[in-house]
Amino acid sequence: MSKLGSADNRLKVAIVGAGPSGFYAADALINSELKVEVNLLEKLCAPYGLVRTGVAPDHPLIKKSIEKFALMAEPEEFNYFGNVSVGEDITIDDLKETHHAVIVTMGAETDRKLGIPGEDLKGSHTATEFVAWYNGHPEYREREFDLSHETAVIIGQGNVAADVARILSKTVDELKFTDISQHALDVLETSKVKNIYIVGRRGPAQGAMTSKELKEFGELWDCDTFVDPEEVILNKASEDELADRNGRAKRKIYELFCDYAQPKKPHKARQFPWTKPYVKPRQCHIQFLRSPVELKGNKKLEKVIFEKNALSGDPFKQSARGTGELEELDAGLLFRSIGYRGVPLDGVPFHDAWGVIPNEKGRVTKDDVVVPQLYTAGWIKRGPSGIIGTNKACANETIAELMQDIEKLDDKKEKLGNKKIHEILDAKKVRYINFIEWEVIDKHEVENGKPKGKPREKFTYTDEMLGLLT
Amino acid sequence: MTTVVTDNCRGCRFTDCVSVCPVEAFHMDDEMLYINPAVCIDCSACVPECPVEAIYEEDDLPDGQEHWVDINEERSQETPNITETLEPLEGAEERREALGL
Repeated sequence: MSKLGSADNRLKVAIVGAGPSGFYAADALINSELKVEVNLLEKLCAPYGLVRTGVAPDHPLIKKSIEKFALMAEPEEFNYFGNVSVGEDITIDDLKETHHAVIVTMGAETDRKLGIPGEDLKGSHTATEFVAWYNGHPEYREREFDLSHETAVIIGQGNVAADVARILSKTVDELKFTDISQHALDVLETSKVKNIYIVGRRGPAQGAMTSKELKEFGELWDCDTFVDPEEVILNKASEDELADRNGRAKRKIYELFCDYAQPKKPHKARQFPWTKPYVKPRQCHIQFLRSPVELKGNKKLEKVIFEKNALSGDPFKQSARGTGELEELDAGLLFRSIGYRGVPLDGVPFHDAWGVIPNEKGRVTKDDVVVPQLYTAGWIKRGPSGIIGTNKACANETIAELMQDIEKLDDKKEKLGNKKIHEILDAKKVRYINFIEWEVIDKHEVENGKPKGKPREKFTYTDEMLGLLT
Repeated sequence: MTTVVTDNCRGCRFTDCVSVCPVEAFHMDDEMLYINPAVCIDCSACVPECPVEAIYEEDDLPDGQEHWVDINEERSQETPNITETLEPLEGAEERREALGL
């Protein structure tokens, strides 16, 4: 047999998960010096992972990155298998058998839990459920969120927390021309929520959201954002953190928190009598140094009990410890957004405490020993940090390692690659879709959005999508 | 709004930013990088990557740096696209130290 990676002995790689990391890994392989065949398998019909089902609908520019991913799907080396659940429809062992390498890029699919009493009360949700629901993810289509209480609480202060708070803060008019799913818009239209608390366990110098996300809280049509001026007073260690030469981003975030702590200037009147300043009906409160310790309620959430925290330790190593001082807040809705973790996949090692696949620069390891043929990239490789482009550098690192292993990957046996995938899926009567079929669905979504002035109206049921193809 | 490469890049050209750009918006001449505002999606992934803090979101630009918005727009049209991280320019480390970064 000729050399692995030549035209008549292509390097065959299966990639599990068609989010940004999966696409970047595919692109890096196709643009390498070797001849390859890349088979990208995705659980949903729709590709693009969190760019489609995570990125907020009111951030349309970020979604433009999809255009780049669609170009990556064009080369003949690229094959797409949508609506295929790896682990059920086809196993990791099947993929290893039929490919030289398998790259797992399945992201961090679940939320970390608070681990406090009452967490499972009705009205207590994960932020990702809500995000996936308003973004039309088919697995979350039937979730119900009761927006009839005036107060909602979001635990955590990262970008996902910010997204959830912003969607709750915005009017339907601010959202109706985005690609937010219609079923979500219909529920948001009836929302009674007018007090939104975004609560973090640490202080304003440790803010985890980007300044861009934070800035948007000053631009809401019908919601004012507040920070208690007492809460932007820093301890010495936090001042040192901000003064650090790498502290530019944190300084910017802190300045914005301080802006929100300033007294509000009256808004211009919006109606007669024109002398009466407009009072925005919704309020967003960003609060620091509090951890929820209990959720209370009779069957459904009624009250959140917080413990106030104090920071201790050296700069950059400060931890938040409970002070024993408790506070109560009446609330009917709570979203936790305190971190994400991957879910294990049969046949792939998993680090349970960290919620990632153990690896060295993308080579999957088990008990610190490299597992042949298996690689990983994206959030399931390094944990849930970074944004879309971060995954490009991450996937490139993995592919560089894979290329170094090329001799080891050549077991001199013929790998059937996509032919065998078709065979296995056909035998199991799985209705999988290729990229051309996805593009048909995509066109329908765009068409369906047009009458409403939306960039697209997503299909939220898999059967609806498949129905277009038969 | 866009994201802009400014003065500090000149003579350094570390190009770390390029490795995280999801849309390949960077262009390059012999001195420095530029961002094509028509391609940039404002994700800001590049901002923290720059070892010399040369990259800013447009509305965060320090006073006196606003002219870089136009320079990025113009020069990105005239210069080649760069999609992979390169070796920094000679003297980049010295310049970084001189900048106090």
